[in-house]
Order: sequence, then structure tokens, then C-alpha cells
Amino acid sequence: MTDIGNIRAGTAEAAAGPPRAQVQVVPLRGLPIVAAVVVFVIASIAGNWLWALTFCHVVGGALWTAIDLFVGLIVGPILGRLSIPARAEFTARFMPKMVLLMPTLVLMTLAAGFQLALREGNLAPGSPNHAWLIASFCVVGVMAVIALGVLEPANITVLVEMRKRQPDGEVIALLMRRFIYTAGITGLMQVATLIIMTRVATQ
Amino acid sequence: MSGDLAAAAQLPQVRRTFPPVAPLTVCSLALVVIGGILMASYVPRQPPLTIPAALTAVSAALTLTAGLLLSRLEQFAWPRFFLAFRWALLAYVISAGVIGFAFVRDHTRGTPLALVIVMLVIFALDVPLVIAFTVARYSSPPHSAY
Repeated sequence: MTDIGNIRAGTAEAAAGPPRAQVQVVPLRGLPIVAAVVVFVIASIAGNWLWALTFCHVVGGALWTAIDLFVGLIVGPILGRLSIPARAEFTARFMPKMVLLMPTLVLMTLAAGFQLALREGNLAPGSPNHAWLIASFCVVGVMAVIALGVLEPANITVLVEMRKRQPDGEVIALLMRRFIYTAGITGLMQVATLIIMTRVATQ
Repeated sequence: MSGDLAAAAQLPQVRRTFPPVAPLTVCSLALVVIGGILMASYVPRQPPLTIPAALTAVSAALTLTAGLLLSRLEQFAWPRFFLAFRWALLAYVISAGVIGFAFVRDHTRGTPLALVIVMLVIFALDVPLVIAFTVARYSSPPHSAY
């Protein structure tokens, strides 16, 4: 049994200790908001509606980039230096929000952005933005593989582990390290996205 | 053999070794993403299909291999795997559906559309597979000591 397991098991059993937070893997109250966003994105694409596409792409992209940079470069290193109980407490409250928020922002940004690029003719071979957009596809592709193949499974596994009566601290520490490193990498890659998107907007 | 399995089940989850299901699935995901980028970079023109089709075939083979390796696991938290897989599948089918809709909306038709759909099916299977496998590999199999 490792640190977190001991601390959490002890906390659960000690009447005087603070009550253990119930970890919810997917915050169900957020699902209607996600559904509304997905419907809005689909309607924007179906109607090829310039304002709505720009709104989805700019708002989604700004939040995605800012959150990735903030989590990867500010929250991640701080989290790595916190005590294990503090890290566990923070993770239990922070991760469920990320499970819903990030995939929704990514879907909103990419789907609307692709349609916007087509509508504005930026994907046409003769467009000065064509090469920049292909570069952005590549950056997003690398980030998608890291986020979907490594970061999200680690995130969900930590939450599932924390729901157990006796969470395994070794598993949580291993996966949190993975989360912090991959969030840092995707955060740095967002700098490339910022350069590309500001180039596209000003050509 | 059954003694080995029993011994494996007694190991802490973090030290148990598993077949390379997650790396195979992530490689498969990377290949469909590359194929998708190639296809998307040609929209609205007709893309050359040889390279995306080859990438899709290798990606499908990797997913099938991962599935095969996974199906041969005996001491594994299958109930937890299927619970995570079901919900993640629902989420990524919706996600793949929206991406597919964008291609259909932009008049992708015929063989390119069929290839995009196969890629999206692989995408919608790979992500839940890697999530559910990661969740289950750190969970105790039913009737184990942990």
C-alpha cells in the first residue's frame, strides 16, 4: 500500500478526518451543455453560417489553447510539487471537468475550423494559407494522438482509481506523471498553433 | 499455466505486464490521423487514395492485432473494461459522426467517402479501446486478491 492509499483509507475510516470527496468520472450535469454545443456546431456546419463557424472556431480554439498552455506550463509543474494528499484532492475535483471540457472544445474548434477554411477558400491549392493549414493539421494530428492515446486514458484511469475504496497510490502517481508530461508537450505544441493561426489570419 | 495465471493475478496492478495493446492501438490511431490529414488536405478536390488506403489497411491490422491480444487475456478486469469501453464508444461515435458529417457536407462522395468512413470507424474503436484497456489494466480482475 502506498502513500495515497494509506492516506485515503485512513481518512475514510477516521471519524475526525475530513470526509472523502466522491469522485465522479463524468460530471453528468455538464452533459446537456456538451449536447447543446455539439448541436450548435452541427447546425453551423449544416447552414455554412459564417458567424457561427467563426464563433465556434475562435472561442473553442482560444479556450483550448489557453487551457492547454495554462495546464501544461503552469498547473502541471505546480501539481508535481504538491504533497500527495493535496495532489489527490486537486485531481479529484479538476480531472472530471477536463474529461468533458477538452474533447468538447477540440470537436468545436476542429469541425468548425475545417468548414470555415473550406468556406473561405483557404484550403484551395492556390491559397497562400494552404500550406499553413496543412501545417496546422499536422500539429493538431500530433496533439490528437498524444491527447487521445495517452493523456485521456491516464486522466480517466486516475479518476477510476480514486473511486476505489483503497486507491493504489503507485498507479495514481505513475499516471499523474504521464498526465503532467503530456499536458506539457501539448501545451508547447499550442505555441506552434498560435504562430500558424496568426499567420493565416494576417496573410 | 494456471499457476502462472494465479501468480500474475496476485501481483500489484502497476507491476503486471500486459501485451502491447495500448502501443498498437495508439500506432493505429496515429496512422488513421495521418491518413485523415492526407484526405483533408485535398478537400474539395479528389484526393489520391493509394497512401491513405494503405495507411488505413495497416491501421486496421494493428487494431485487429490489439483486439486479438486483448481477447486472449485471462486475468483481466473485463467488467471494468466493458463499462469504460461502452461509454467511451458512445462519446467517440458522436465525435466521429460530426467529422463524417463535415466531409459529407463538403460533397465528399464515392470511394473517398468510403475510405473516410472506414478511418472514422477505426478512430471510434481505437480511442475507446485504449481508454478501456488503460482503465482495466490497473484494476483488479474479479476474484483476485487486490
